[in-house]
Amino acid sequence: MAQTAAPAAPSSTSTRRGVSADLPDATLSKWLRDMFLIREFEVRCAQAYQQAKIGGFCHLYIGQEACAVGTIGAVNHDDPIVTAYRDHGHALARGMDPGACMAEMFGKSTGCAKGKGGSMHMFDRPNWLFGGHGIVGAQTALGTGLAFAARYEWEVLGKGVNHPDGRPATLDENAPAKKKVSLCYLGDGALNQGCLHEAMNLAGLYSLPVIFIVENNRYSMGTAIERGTTMAHNLLAKGAAYGIDSLKINEEEGLDILRLYDKFKPFADECRAKQRPGFVDLHTYRYQGHSMSDPQKYRTKEEVEAVKQKDSIDQLVLHLMNERKCMTEAQFLAMQREVKDLVAKAMTFAEESPIPDVDAELYSDVYSNIEANLSPTREYVHGAKNPLL
Amino acid sequence: MIATTDPTTSHLIAPGTREIQFREALREAMSQEMRRDPRIFLMGEEVAQYNGAYKISQGMLDEFGPKRIIDAPISENGFAGLAVGAAMYGLRPIIEFMSWSFSLVAADQILNNVPKMLYMSGGQWGCPVVFRGNNGAGGQLGSTHSWTVEAMYANVPGLKIAIPSCAADAKGLLTTAIRDSDPVFNLESERMLSDKGPVPEGDYAIPFGVAALRRGTWSGERNSDCTLVSFGRPVNFCIEAADELAKDGIVCDVLDMRTVRPLDIGSIIDSVKRTNRIVVVDQCWPFASIATEVITQVCEKGFDYLDHQPLRVNTEDVPTPYAKNLEAEYLPHKGKIMAAVRKSLGR
Repeated sequence: MAQTAAPAAPSSTSTRRGVSADLPDATLSKWLRDMFLIREFEVRCAQAYQQAKIGGFCHLYIGQEACAVGTIGAVNHDDPIVTAYRDHGHALARGMDPGACMAEMFGKSTGCAKGKGGSMHMFDRPNWLFGGHGIVGAQTALGTGLAFAARYEWEVLGKGVNHPDGRPATLDENAPAKKKVSLCYLGDGALNQGCLHEAMNLAGLYSLPVIFIVENNRYSMGTAIERGTTMAHNLLAKGAAYGIDSLKINEEEGLDILRLYDKFKPFADECRAKQRPGFVDLHTYRYQGHSMSDPQKYRTKEEVEAVKQKDSIDQLVLHLMNERKCMTEAQFLAMQREVKDLVAKAMTFAEESPIPDVDAELYSDVYSNIEANLSPTREYVHGAKNPLL
Repeated sequence: MIATTDPTTSHLIAPGTREIQFREALREAMSQEMRRDPRIFLMGEEVAQYNGAYKISQGMLDEFGPKRIIDAPISENGFAGLAVGAAMYGLRPIIEFMSWSFSLVAADQILNNVPKMLYMSGGQWGCPVVFRGNNGAGGQLGSTHSWTVEAMYANVPGLKIAIPSCAADAKGLLTTAIRDSDPVFNLESERMLSDKGPVPEGDYAIPFGVAALRRGTWSGERNSDCTLVSFGRPVNFCIEAADELAKDGIVCDVLDMRTVRPLDIGSIIDSVKRTNRIVVVDQCWPFASIATEVITQVCEKGFDYLDHQPLRVNTEDVPTPYAKNLEAEYLPHKGKIMAAVRKSLGR
């Protein structure tokens, strides 16, 4: 990941003071490219959905790009992450191949889950993304478990664990275990689910290095946060209730990836160093509806337009071109072309990929240790190797 | 390595076999596996400092320490979900539910996440967790604490479900469960925890999906009169009924299924081919139960061998009552089983 690169000389023209000021230009350019990739990818998703090429539910990340890119940019590539169903952004920010991501939504065999997961279930083992989960709040216990395992690996095993099937669970099984931190994303709607509160209690109790990142976009589906959540004006009280260090990133900061990073990076570093949990109320905004079928009667067009004036991609472009002066307009346009081309190729790849083979895939990946008589109707089989592995 | 079995009871006989309690057999399986594999940890309510609510994990904190024997607060959904994440990462959790009745508050994790993870990730991540604990009426615990979950949970593809009926199987099946790369629900009976039986000292694994014939013989000179199929604690009631019926010259095959998913339907059909009658004894409610499934499969695969319609003995179709006499009559028992066998034989 970018932050592991040798630090370059900070731009002398930047007036910023936070840790992001020390990041090399290339890192910030990469962030801009990733944010633009997510935006472009989601725009094409919406089109494909309207053309009925994507089925089921589809929740777009447009507007929230700085959250995924900024927080993922603040941790290491082998730090585990898990998220909810608005997951395309996290998958792309973590490095998932856009073709595999789009093909999954098209229900194709080349998708990240061979077409068995769909939009809400983006999994990417090589990139330490443990899903894409559909039940609101259920992933918070998983994020806690990932932190438990990471701490166990470091504290009890002292080396990377091996997966039972012989493949390494860590990318380098011979490497000594190190202190990790798990990032667990949730929407503000999950604040009211019991699972989150059980997960936070366990994380506080066992001192597990998990950071619960509330992507607070003000609405759980059509319900404004004040209508569904107590203490909506001070969500940090919820972290404090479980003895968890808490951080608020307000909307101005949440839409400015540099200020987001300035706050989040030291916080994440401390959670890692102390092997302690964290809770982040990260204010952001989604431009689209909750899912593709949302008429958005619960908010005004003016409200949406006001946030778009502070668009995270626009802000970073202006910073790179005018403040850091590390990107020219020509370079920006070239980057845009490269990304648009990449997404267009992903669409073509998804379009042209084969659908899953019924005989090979319908009854595979149900059990890994297949035995006779597990089902009364048909024996299970081993399916094709996942294209990401 | 499976030891030789007693021809009458199918119980294991091996050097070093001694009589120990069902709970000690469970503990031996966990301890032996934890010595072998440092990725295994045990988490649950009261498993560590309290030495286990039912003393199954007694002494394990002393041996393995607090990083591997971990007390959880009363927070089943939370720690079940923690196990899912830990297993995906690469650990091998054993989660103790004080009672499977309490697993209902963890339903989203154990039914929505555990069995589906491998499928919805397209084979990237399985979920090798063993969930285990007391299943079934414990003794006047009332309606909410007396669940038998096998019928409800066996409906979900992706799970394996083991139900030991004796101490030797408790150890051998749990060992298999811990070594399995798929999630396994191990359903134990509180009423049997103090029951003693012969258990070999060394580690051994009993394969899933292989029934044990507890009464009757595969190679008898005379075919048995009726096939009794059961799993878990009611197997022992079937054995009692079979022994009582034998006094009247009625001989039963008693098949202990050991696991309900996978289900050793082949052994059931083999027995029915010789007896032409079957009674399924199931500690779940009758509607859409394991008995229903067994009988359906017998009809699908062995209909022509039947001389009498298949019969089932389930718990009565009501919430579990508290009063001692009502609870006793609610459960499957020797009298109900004997009556069903006699009905199938017309005598």
